[in-house]
Amino acid sequence: MNIVSLKNVNKIYQTGEVSFQALKNINLEVKIGDFLAIIGASGSGKSTMMNIIGLLDHPTSGSYILDMQDTSHLSQDNLAALRNKKIGFIFQSFNLLPRTAALEQVALPLIYAGVPKLERANRAREILEQVDLGEKLNSNPNQLSGGQQQRVAIARSLINNPQIILADEPTGNLDTKSGMEIMKIFNNLHSEGKTIIMITHEENIAQHAKRRIRIKDGEITG
Amino acid sequence: MDIAQTASLALTAILANKLRSFLTILGIVIGVMSVILLISLVTGLQTYITKQIQGLGANLLFVIPGRIGGARSPGGVQANRLIYQDAVNLKTKLSAEAEVSAAIQRNATLKNGSKIDRGVAIFGVEANYPKVISIKITGGRFFRESEQESTKKVAVIGPTVKTNLFVDTEALGKQIDVAGLKYTVIGVIESRGSVFGIDFDNSIYIPFSTAQKQFGIDRLNTIYISAKDSETVVEVQKKAIQLLKKRLSDDEFTVQTQQQTLSTISQITSVLTLALGGIAAISLIVGGIGIMNIMLVSVTERTREIGLRKALGAKPKDIRNQFLIEAVTLSSLGGLIGIILGIGIAFVIGRFFTTAVPLWSIALSFGFSMLVGVVFGVAPAIRAAKLDPITALRYE
Repeated sequence: MNIVSLKNVNKIYQTGEVSFQALKNINLEVKIGDFLAIIGASGSGKSTMMNIIGLLDHPTSGSYILDMQDTSHLSQDNLAALRNKKIGFIFQSFNLLPRTAALEQVALPLIYAGVPKLERANRAREILEQVDLGEKLNSNPNQLSGGQQQRVAIARSLINNPQIILADEPTGNLDTKSGMEIMKIFNNLHSEGKTIIMITHEENIAQHAKRRIRIKDGEITG
Repeated sequence: MDIAQTASLALTAILANKLRSFLTILGIVIGVMSVILLISLVTGLQTYITKQIQGLGANLLFVIPGRIGGARSPGGVQANRLIYQDAVNLKTKLSAEAEVSAAIQRNATLKNGSKIDRGVAIFGVEANYPKVISIKITGGRFFRESEQESTKKVAVIGPTVKTNLFVDTEALGKQIDVAGLKYTVIGVIESRGSVFGIDFDNSIYIPFSTAQKQFGIDRLNTIYISAKDSETVVEVQKKAIQLLKKRLSDDEFTVQTQQQTLSTISQITSVLTLALGGIAAISLIVGGIGIMNIMLVSVTERTREIGLRKALGAKPKDIRNQFLIEAVTLSSLGGLIGIILGIGIAFVIGRFFTTAVPLWSIALSFGFSMLVGVVFGVAPAIRAAKLDPITALRYE
């Protein structure tokens, strides 16, 4: 069954007189449990695609069906709720809140889901232990290594048990060893049946995915 | 996301920038503090004056020249036509139900040898004055009817005069120079204190007739009427008005009961409260602009955080509330500190002047400071709520 389905998606950025087509007639289907790598150079349109899949942006034309629901006419609040429940984001630069303990970072999506405080803390602790950060519950980002920070971010993406993990260059800011650790976690998640969509420009990282597509100048090339 | 969580989040953000937060709320602190302080001073003043007037004696009526509480004639200040004969008329006609006492007033310089006391209020009053106005004699006595009839130069002096002219030495039986004539001090009265530097104790009482003779005055400043029974005050007022009307026109005199005098004073202090409170409220608005400024800076600084929160599922209204509550928390914190400082300073000043902090002034200034937070926090909060998550996430 498809969890993500893009049909004839175009994205055109209009800046005054100049228009730029970031995505051209994209058709993409991702099945539940898939581990997909979207490979492309910078400016290829892969980030735009990720933003659209992550409901942070909407296509200029075409349709995006997420979990059998057409997303074209949803309100800001509905989109926020979908992002909260169905999508777990992992960013290249981790995007952790400054001066905030790991436990609270991970619990953040649960706040917006309306989960009570005690349950938030319990679930956050559980997930942090799964990514081997059980000792770092109260550490702020500046007390953690890059790899540890990205693991906090992964824990945060998993907390609401989303249907898709959306990772944008998850190893881009990490050394090779930490990168490999992250990929190991991704492989485990995949074997547990999670759907992962990973965007990268590195071929060796992309090799960890089960399926790969390439994107160039806004078009899927293979 | 509930209010308590948002508030604790706001508090965390405020505490993360302690100095900046403090400077931001300083305007609100000063504003609230001034509101509390000014209102406490005016309220204290009102309480003091009320007590003073009530202390003059119950059932008291004042006859004063001119018209109070009505429109003034275009000619400006009315000439004073109140004379001693008016007081005599009242005395004869009201003898059964009231005590009547006439008074005139001048300012003059007093001397005792090389010691000089300037700007002393000289009250020329009748011997029955203590029956009408309650004053306490701490040493000696008030003058007698016979002394008034024979225009004796005797004086009962206030404590400030005593201090200025005699320091610690005995005043009774000594001579003082009142505007060139020698008077014998026969009594000293108890202190009544001062309000805002106006010293009520820098005054002396001399016989009415003696004062008229020395200063050549035949117009009265006041006729005091003290009703014997509190039930008859209003009736006495009516009778007095009728009697005075036989010789004087409506706008040449006013007969006021103590109650009316008090309400006049409370009107004056209300206007004063409003004016001073209004000025202080302006500083609250200035404080609000400070909060708005810092909230706009905060929104810009935390653009990435806003983007991330949106990506993680924050709705626009969650973001709006977060920043709005932060602004209100800031302004309420300022209000709270201002209230504490205001009450503290009012307490310290209370050792010199009468001050009173009414509960309503606390409620009002706190409510107003919260309102300032809402009003000036809305624009930055809406700006934060409207941020596009993609641009916000990319923001460096």
